[in-house]
Amino acid sequence: MSLFDYTLKQLQDKLHNKEITVSDLVAESYKRINAVDDQVKAFLTLDEERAKARAEELDQQDGDARSLLYGLPIGIKDNIVTKGLRTTCASQFLDNFTDPLYDATVVEKLDKENTVTIGKLNMDEFAMGSSNENSSYSATRNPWNTDYVPGGSSGGSAAAVAAKEVFFSLGSDTGGSIRQPAAFCGVVGSKPTYGLVSRFGLVAFASSLDQIGPITRTVEDNAHLMQAIVGHDPMDATSADIDIPNYTETLYQGVKGLKIAVPSEYLSEGVDPEVKQAVLDALKVYEDLGATWEEVSLPHSRYAVAAYYLLSSSEASANLARFDGVRYGVRSQQADNMMDMFKRSRSEGFGDEVKRRIMLGTFALSSGYYDAYYKKAQKVRTLIKNDFEKVFEEYDVIVGPTTPTPAFKVGEIIDDPLTMYTNDILTIPVNLAGVPGMSVPCGFSSDGLPIGLQIIGKHFDEATMLRTAYAFEQATDHHKKQPELGGAN
Amino acid sequence: MSNISKEQVRHVAHLARLAISDEEVEKMTKQLDDIIHYAESLNELNTEDVEPTTHVLDLKNVMRKDEPRKWIEKEDALKNAPDKQDGQFRVPSILE
Repeated sequence: MSLFDYTLKQLQDKLHNKEITVSDLVAESYKRINAVDDQVKAFLTLDEERAKARAEELDQQDGDARSLLYGLPIGIKDNIVTKGLRTTCASQFLDNFTDPLYDATVVEKLDKENTVTIGKLNMDEFAMGSSNENSSYSATRNPWNTDYVPGGSSGGSAAAVAAKEVFFSLGSDTGGSIRQPAAFCGVVGSKPTYGLVSRFGLVAFASSLDQIGPITRTVEDNAHLMQAIVGHDPMDATSADIDIPNYTETLYQGVKGLKIAVPSEYLSEGVDPEVKQAVLDALKVYEDLGATWEEVSLPHSRYAVAAYYLLSSSEASANLARFDGVRYGVRSQQADNMMDMFKRSRSEGFGDEVKRRIMLGTFALSSGYYDAYYKKAQKVRTLIKNDFEKVFEEYDVIVGPTTPTPAFKVGEIIDDPLTMYTNDILTIPVNLAGVPGMSVPCGFSSDGLPIGLQIIGKHFDEATMLRTAYAFEQATDHHKKQPELGGAN
Repeated sequence: MSNISKEQVRHVAHLARLAISDEEVEKMTKQLDDIIHYAESLNELNTEDVEPTTHVLDLKNVMRKDEPRKWIEKEDALKNAPDKQDGQFRVPSILE
């Protein structure tokens, strides 16, 4: 039994009653990391000394009026900047970026809640990938079966929570990078509405799509971590200035009368029969809980992947122009003039997938091709967004699978970029529309791999999305099953 | 419509400030061609009267007061630089 088997509320009670200390929680994290991370490879950098000092400090503080997240060990995806703590985006280009100058807004917010940062989590390089195999260090493995990928790009964030190396974590989601690994690793992962969480300090991949979000083992914990990181930030011009609801206030209200839409495109061919069955079983649970569901259509879904790769790669090609080897990062030692230095530093520092996307984006934005590719994709984005708006005129949430299949084997599709891209076919439309989406465990394949149920909400209606997820979780036992990762060997 | 040439790939690599080997040009040409061919499925859709979405939120220009604020110090800004001298970033010569 791990301390991380308890819920956030139970742990706060234990802390309050002095049954455990923050130092115990932090020690639990590092003990588990030492035992299993050789297999899981979720962490890129640990912050053990500072974390232990912080825990001791927190143990000295007055126990009253503590935040609900007080003292809980958290892992941070390595594309979220942490002051004084190495931040690499799993790229060789940033291998030496050991001393970032500031904390991302989300990290500052967590600091105010007195969580303890355990370390930085592995990912696909610059968040480009769906398997964590694009990490330039070592690929994170799926705790349920280490022959399989954990998903990506927040693969480290999902695997670390599933393996109980941390209590919870932060990931980022541009086309499914929180929800897909959450589904593959059997944990709860949310992508908030675009603009709800500040992107300040998130190393930008595709600025019109990126969002930071919480990965946890239960929906209730997810709602609490979400609450802690949302809110307007003057440092992010795309941050929305809205009233923030209390997510846990409505969490327990059930789904009686809830109107669920199920896109026929999300249960069509290409979706694994076991995944489809798990989703149909979930819909039966919702019926029993008093909700109703109907099939609807998101007719432009099939164009989402193509539009996404043009848009996200175009934005990436601009965002990654900042990696020039001048101000930070690794500089090539081969160059004798400035242009050569830019080119060689970037070519030596970036991996294949990052280069491929920069090339695609640069092409789509280049003179003569802009209208045919980039602008066309922006127009298709409008059609996809309209599809969602139309469905949400009549329904409260959209429910379907998070991914077409459970996790695949390491090495299985890494050499086939297009097949890899279609892995995100059910998550990408959500980012293009800017609406919130999350994945909750809804069953297992015959191979014992987790299956994720995707719940999609209206703009800024995280409350209904979380409530829908909570009702399902409480009515089922899927979230109680644990990976049998040993760690003894 | 597509069919990217190796020449185009070399040109795009230059625009993207990437040095790529002949071998990479070969591989990249094939892969980019496949991806762009796939992306051209978008042409099945008539988007003549559709406005492009650049941003999903209904945000107008976000302005702030143009006031100086305390941010990082010069020494800090130089901390992570791969090469520096006399309080400045040092780079290879720009002019021949």
